[in-house]
Amino acid sequence: MSKRTVQFKIYRYDPDKDEKPYMQDISVELEASDKKLLDALVRLKTKDDSLSFRRSCREGVCGSDAMNINGKNGLACLTDIDGLPQPVVLRPLPGLPVIRDLIVDMTQFFKQYHSIKPYLVNNDPAPERERLQSPDDREELNGLYECILCACCSTSCPSFWWNPDKFVGPAGLLAAYRFIADTRDQATNERLDNLEDPYRLFRCHTIMNCVDVCPKGLNPTRAIGKIKEQMVRRAV
Amino acid sequence: MNVAKRTFDAVIVGAGGAGLRAALQLSEAGLKTAVLTKVFPTRSHTVAAQGGVAASLGNSTEDNWHWHMYDTVKGSDWLGDQDAIEFMVRKANEVVVELEHYGMPFDRTDNGKIYQRPFGGHSMNYGQAPVMRSCAAADRTGHAMLHALYQRNVRANTQFFVEWMALDLIRNSEGDVVGVTAIEMETGEVSIFHAKATIFATGGAGRIYYSSTNAFINTGDGVGMAARAGIPLEDMEFWQFHPTGVAGAGVLITEGVRGEGGILRNASGERFMERYAPNLKDLASRDVVSRSMVTEINEGRGCGPDKDHVLLDITHLSPETILKRLPGIREISIQFAGVDPIKAPIPVVPTCHYQMGGIPTNYKGQVVVPKDGNPNVPVSGFYAAGECACASVHGANRLGTNSLLDLLVFGKSAGETVVEDFKSGNLTLKPLPADAADVSLARINRLETQKGGTEVHDVRLDMQRTMQKHAGVFRFNDLLVEGVEKIKEVAEQAKTTQIGDKSKVWNTARTEALELDNLIEVAKATMISAEARKESRGAHVRDDAPDTAENPNGRDDKNWLKHTLWYSEGNRLDYKPVNLKPLSDDVDPIALAKRTY
Ligand SMILES: Cc1cc2nc3c(=O)[nH]c(=O)nc-3n(C[C@H](O)[C@H](O)[C@H](O)COP(=O)(O)OP(=O)(O)OC[C@H]3O[C@@H](n4cnc5c(N)ncnc54)[C@H](O)[C@@H]3O)c2cc1C
Ligand code: SF4
Ligand code: SF4
Ligand code: FES
Repeated sequence: MSKRTVQFKIYRYDPDKDEKPYMQDISVELEASDKKLLDALVRLKTKDDSLSFRRSCREGVCGSDAMNINGKNGLACLTDIDGLPQPVVLRPLPGLPVIRDLIVDMTQFFKQYHSIKPYLVNNDPAPERERLQSPDDREELNGLYECILCACCSTSCPSFWWNPDKFVGPAGLLAAYRFIADTRDQATNERLDNLEDPYRLFRCHTIMNCVDVCPKGLNPTRAIGKIKEQMVRRAV
Repeated sequence: MNVAKRTFDAVIVGAGGAGLRAALQLSEAGLKTAVLTKVFPTRSHTVAAQGGVAASLGNSTEDNWHWHMYDTVKGSDWLGDQDAIEFMVRKANEVVVELEHYGMPFDRTDNGKIYQRPFGGHSMNYGQAPVMRSCAAADRTGHAMLHALYQRNVRANTQFFVEWMALDLIRNSEGDVVGVTAIEMETGEVSIFHAKATIFATGGAGRIYYSSTNAFINTGDGVGMAARAGIPLEDMEFWQFHPTGVAGAGVLITEGVRGEGGILRNASGERFMERYAPNLKDLASRDVVSRSMVTEINEGRGCGPDKDHVLLDITHLSPETILKRLPGIREISIQFAGVDPIKAPIPVVPTCHYQMGGIPTNYKGQVVVPKDGNPNVPVSGFYAAGECACASVHGANRLGTNSLLDLLVFGKSAGETVVEDFKSGNLTLKPLPADAADVSLARINRLETQKGGTEVHDVRLDMQRTMQKHAGVFRFNDLLVEGVEKIKEVAEQAKTTQIGDKSKVWNTARTEALELDNLIEVAKATMISAEARKESRGAHVRDDAPDTAENPNGRDDKNWLKHTLWYSEGNRLDYKPVNLKPLSDDVDPIALAKRTY
């Protein structure tokens, strides 16, 4: 493969030296083995080591390298570099405070995740062996448990932008439903109580941005719908 | 520079499977515990584990811990310590069932039990046929497990220091461990974590090789810190090359694919493993499969225009099975190999995967070093578990699914030991030495001021290429000898790395430079230990130690049935005996034998 050059426009901000953020124009020549956007960023970093971004697994399971790529949230490690319209415009995830360059402060996002009590509640004495669960009941968790907490969804959700402190957001709500849907969990009522609030759940206006961007193909909107259904059902 | 001090009962470095399991033990016992991690806990590389965790639950085929023990000892090529192995396999059911109780979404059998699949080297009845021992959540077992462990820690109110990187181990003049120094990435501030107990759970260092299934963050920090502080490293010559990394990308394709029926084929479509391992075939032990693949490639039977890989074929499986049991693999294959495995085979090559060696520990998770003629004296205040530790249960070759088990068993065990030591009053807060932070501050300061030095990425690449060429799947005496000199040169280069980024805030250039210091320790330990071991055993196979009647498979038990200990200072080597005696009388020692599959 011949050498390819990629043009970037990257959001830069280092609070240690920059008064305010700016967009940097920079290009990099790729090696044949550079296939993903993350490869290109790692290559770019050999040229300018001050470019800061998070990354770890480089295979789409750790959730570190979510960013806004040409206007849409995604994982750099799962985005093919060939075919991306250039200049590739990279910005930090929208709606969260920027710490530096492409690194955002995720405190609010995790706070919402923690707020739904993301752990199994089962108060029966633990049996000696595993609790039984039928394959069908286990199926219910597919599409829910695979979330990698990348925040692509929540930071593309207008409701989360306006109320990050009050609206749980798609990732947190998906996690909430993951436990509601688990036949081993005994806290469905408390979980529903916890969400029955004008903001925590009901700020979702089914805009579907979250579904559109999830790099794992998950569907928070559907999970949110199912939570609402359960609330209605228990009300009647 | 003013250095803040924080005091805890215990500090755990690492929030992967091992660190989180240990943390749970301490938090639930009420110890004031700090867990430091370079990344948010669920981003630790345990998240990438795919195939499963071993336990002889016997949910689908008959099984028991005796068979599991036999397979593990044999898999280790008898270099594993049989006391630790017995301890691990007997605890397996307990720790896996605990995970289920924590909420881990295991796949299920028709009668609602945990789903189990076959895996390489795991057998029924002492090697006779594959057994279903790998407890799995689709092909996302590590993700399911890490999230469940993190969630349980949220419930237990564990205190995390996220995006804090530990820099150096602090030892007092007696050699006791009294804590670590660490840098907060967001602010660049260095702090001292002063503690009664320090547990390392920092994971592996697969990034010493050019081609690796490991994450960017797997830089052997704990191992490097221990080595710099004078702790020897055990059996570092033993690295597992996983048979099936995606050719060119390095991303892993789990052995679970072969567990579900996948077959390796050469250029002529032949199922070549039948020739190398007539019994277990594609499910032979990893070292055996990797070497068979490299032999096929070296002898011209590789696939593709450059004949540089083989093919992993699951096109004969039903699409339903693939979508249900191997959905993640399909995604990876489409993303990184550009093929849909339902329709076409996946190009694969052996890829560096797992570090069998590490910080020497006993089965209680205590770090042990030679002292006054005793090879295994605990270092007061210091514990380790997971891939950074060497208990040693994996010996010269780890069986798939035994690492996730290792994390659970020894993470828990290290935690329990700390809690016991704490309750019995054996653990006290020993004073910090006056110069506790000096080494770390000097390292940071050097990076601040270094001029006319080397580039971090150049040195790292040199190291990775050197390791790949000189200490790969097959090892050659002349290449090893040369490799030792080369890696020492690279280590010199690493002493003058320079960075352009001088910011205090989230300085990833600085992080990478600091990580390189750790990688270099691991690379030296590996090359020097490998050059010195003049036999073939498990994953360490050299040209001048071939299969003979006297030394089957090139293994020389008379001279080399012993653990290597490498000291960073002066690159000194020492050795200690392998423990061939199980922990209890319930089982006889597994007698030495030639390994065949
Ligand atoms: C792709 C892949 C698939 C695998 N599949 C399987 C499988 O199916 N079954 C199996 O048994 N094994 C498998 N393994 C092996 C197994 O997953 C690993 O050995 C294991 O997860 C390591 O866990 P750990 O807790 O020791 O370390 P990790 O999970 O790597 O965690 C290390 C932790 O230490 C922290 N850390 C490191 N350095 C520092 C520092 N300086 N300061 C602060 N924190 C630090 C990190 O932030 C992280 O939290 C697989 C490995 C890979 C790479
Ligand atoms: S569907 Fe709901 S959660 Fe998803 S983006 Fe829209 S408002 Fe947000
Ligand atoms: S639901 Fe999808 S986009 Fe949202 S955090 Fe989880 S993986 Fe990321
Ligand atoms: S680097 Fe882990 S998800 Fe992209």
